[in-house]
Amino acid sequence: MGYAQGPDVSPPQDPVAFVGQRLQTAKPLRQVMRYVFPDHWSFLLGEAALYSFVVLVATGVFLGFFYTPSTTEVTWTGPYAPLSGESLSQAYASVLDLSFTVPAGLLMRQTHHWAANLFLVAITLHLLRIFYTAAFRKPRELNYFVGVTLLGLAILEGYAGYSLLDDLLSGMGLAIGYGTALSIPGVGGALGSLIWDGPFPGGDDFLSRLFVVHVFILPAIIAGLIAAHLAMIVRPHHTQFRGPGRRERNVVGSPLWPAYALRSLGFFAAVAAILVLLGAFVQINPIWQWGPFDPWVGENGAQPDWYLGWLIGALRLMPNWEIHAFGATVAPNPFFGGILFPGLVFGVLYAAPWLDRRLWSRDERVHHLLDRPRDNPRRTAFATAFVTLVVVVLFAGSADRLFLATSSSYELLVWVFRALVFVAPVVAWVVARRVCLRLRREDAHPLRGVDGQVVQRAASGGFETLGSARNGGPSDRQPDGTPKTSTGQASRPKAD
Amino acid sequence: MRARLTRLLLLFGLARGAARARNEPGEHDDGIDPRRRDVPASPGNELLVAVLLAVGGLLLVAFGVLVAVEASTQLLGGLLGAGLAALAAALIVAGKGVVVQETSVQERISGDSPEAVQRTEDELASGIEGVSRRRLLLGAAGVTGTGALVAAAVPFTAIGPSPEALLGSPWRAGTALVDEQHAAIRADELEVGSFLTAFPRGADMRELGSPVVVVRADPAELRLPAGRAEWAPEGIMAFSKICTHAGCAVSLYRYPVDERLSSGPALVCPCHYSTFDVRRGARVIFGPAGRPLPQLPLRIAADNTLVAGGPLSGSVGPAWWGTRRGRT
Repeated sequence: MGYAQGPDVSPPQDPVAFVGQRLQTAKPLRQVMRYVFPDHWSFLLGEAALYSFVVLVATGVFLGFFYTPSTTEVTWTGPYAPLSGESLSQAYASVLDLSFTVPAGLLMRQTHHWAANLFLVAITLHLLRIFYTAAFRKPRELNYFVGVTLLGLAILEGYAGYSLLDDLLSGMGLAIGYGTALSIPGVGGALGSLIWDGPFPGGDDFLSRLFVVHVFILPAIIAGLIAAHLAMIVRPHHTQFRGPGRRERNVVGSPLWPAYALRSLGFFAAVAAILVLLGAFVQINPIWQWGPFDPWVGENGAQPDWYLGWLIGALRLMPNWEIHAFGATVAPNPFFGGILFPGLVFGVLYAAPWLDRRLWSRDERVHHLLDRPRDNPRRTAFATAFVTLVVVVLFAGSADRLFLATSSSYELLVWVFRALVFVAPVVAWVVARRVCLRLRREDAHPLRGVDGQVVQRAASGGFETLGSARNGGPSDRQPDGTPKTSTGQASRPKAD
Repeated sequence: MRARLTRLLLLFGLARGAARARNEPGEHDDGIDPRRRDVPASPGNELLVAVLLAVGGLLLVAFGVLVAVEASTQLLGGLLGAGLAALAAALIVAGKGVVVQETSVQERISGDSPEAVQRTEDELASGIEGVSRRRLLLGAAGVTGTGALVAAAVPFTAIGPSPEALLGSPWRAGTALVDEQHAAIRADELEVGSFLTAFPRGADMRELGSPVVVVRADPAELRLPAGRAEWAPEGIMAFSKICTHAGCAVSLYRYPVDERLSSGPALVCPCHYSTFDVRRGARVIFGPAGRPLPQLPLRIAADNTLVAGGPLSGSVGPAWWGTRRGRT
């Protein structure tokens, strides 16, 4: 088939025709513009993660121009008196220069760090939304795995990022990372020496390797997986909540063009604005206060970024068990908190679609309509217990700060946390299950109260309001809790 | 070509019609058509968007100018953030109050039909028609693949040295203890409760096997393991400063003792609070560390300075496969 003939046009005059005559893009463009996005506030969480990543790349490129990945000692002379004249590594000195002398350097660095935190917050909340509403069910399992992988890579990327600075905080974090790498049964010693170019604190090449990992390898993989994550949602479309006209077979919402595109770009600008304002006004990681790292220096009260706290917590809570056999240390202690625990957490996340088929939804059908958390108390109770476990361990990571704040015995605090690890998830399970059952019985919104009113249609054809659904009105759920219909939100007066 | 297209379209339409008639289990058609299309036609909103865009542009230009004159982080970030916020407001007002507001409905795809999958699998299979020794070829390809993996992995072993280097420590019998400024450490300068960091004279201070903590306790209270009676002259002891849990510096010394909170003088690692009882040879009394800190035998030289009486009692730092339990 030859190229379609049409009047020749110039790009500014008619870009659609100009590109279309060459690449046949008019139809795909129209399809893209008509692509429908369901509207729900929780669908913005993934977008917040995406836009944080864009801010990370933009600010990161700027930072990359000024950072020197070298442990060579130099005498730093800069405007910060307590460190001026000190012998520091080039890496640390370059970040101090960036912070104190490069125009907008500190702004970019703090914005970058805030963006990393928001990136992880948004991914985590997005994952919780997916989990609680069971959006990971068929046909979206593959995309869900991409998303869980992105979470793991984002944690690694954040860790690699603040480890580059070579201040005391990053050095202590790297020591723990080294200890954890060494604890992998069998290969740990070789792996640790391989990554660090020798025993900790590592050879001259270590920082350049970490730099390449942080600015190229991991971002490239993350960007590729984000692209796959978006591409893989195009064909099955987004899920949607139940509502008027919403069915398993359709998707109801705003077309991309123009309102959705404008709102989403506005959201991007809002995310960027919040991150820049945080970077301007809220100090984060004041590296000059930590001072340089040496292996024999440590500091009380050092805390990692929040998304690593659960790993520190697991390392802290573990009793001092190790497994010895054949004269070897088969499982050194950090293995349990640093490898096994995150392995189990991610194992559960990856297994969720199968767990759902066996234990929660108990079917293998395609699901495009989302569950509300209450719709499946089994799943919601499990998710709540699971989240509670990780959050307890996360807070245990700050046990040293709590210890100083409460001036109780540190040992007592750790024992309390060890007990909570077992007790809190059970309590969370029971509470979540009861809340679900009650919400289902009353068909109330947890925050707004009862949705909707009971309306009776008279024989004459008129409608009569009988009262709110709470007062014994008919529920749109079957006795066993499965949704009876997809109605119920047609008219939603906001009760109190 | 055109005939085939028509047939395809017809099939597609039939399939869609059939699909529409079928309801998913547990749902029925509520008969509600959610489609709507509103044209806001609001000149007021258009003006607001124009003002917000202009304000945002001015703020961003101001940011650009002030970067050149090296203004403060707060001023720069405030301008850039405010500019972006104005842009965000403009876009959101435009998206919600200027352009067409539409709720539309799209049908979803239903995934591959079994027939489509079968046709593709047949297509795949048809390409190897007549190939009889499939297993042999697969096996041979496996050999090549394994070889390629090995070939790809071998260069990576060049990145790191052998883990045997993890076992090294510069301490030998007779090595003098020096402080961070390379000055010798005198025994008579240490009081009970003292706590300082020492290094082997002339060695690399950053090597994990180098730094030790030196503490002094009342000799009468010592309960050192068997065979270490001579290691603590006048109650002065030295232990590796690198935590046997995850490799942080054991930089806290709990002394003097608060009887309400703790049982005795102890070294504490700030990373995960592994706690080592100095009076019992740095035995772990709390926290996750799996073995004691290696002890350095000490003796006091004729000039009253501290020297090592032998090598460290075990391997330094976080445990790995090659860490021997008996050598703690």
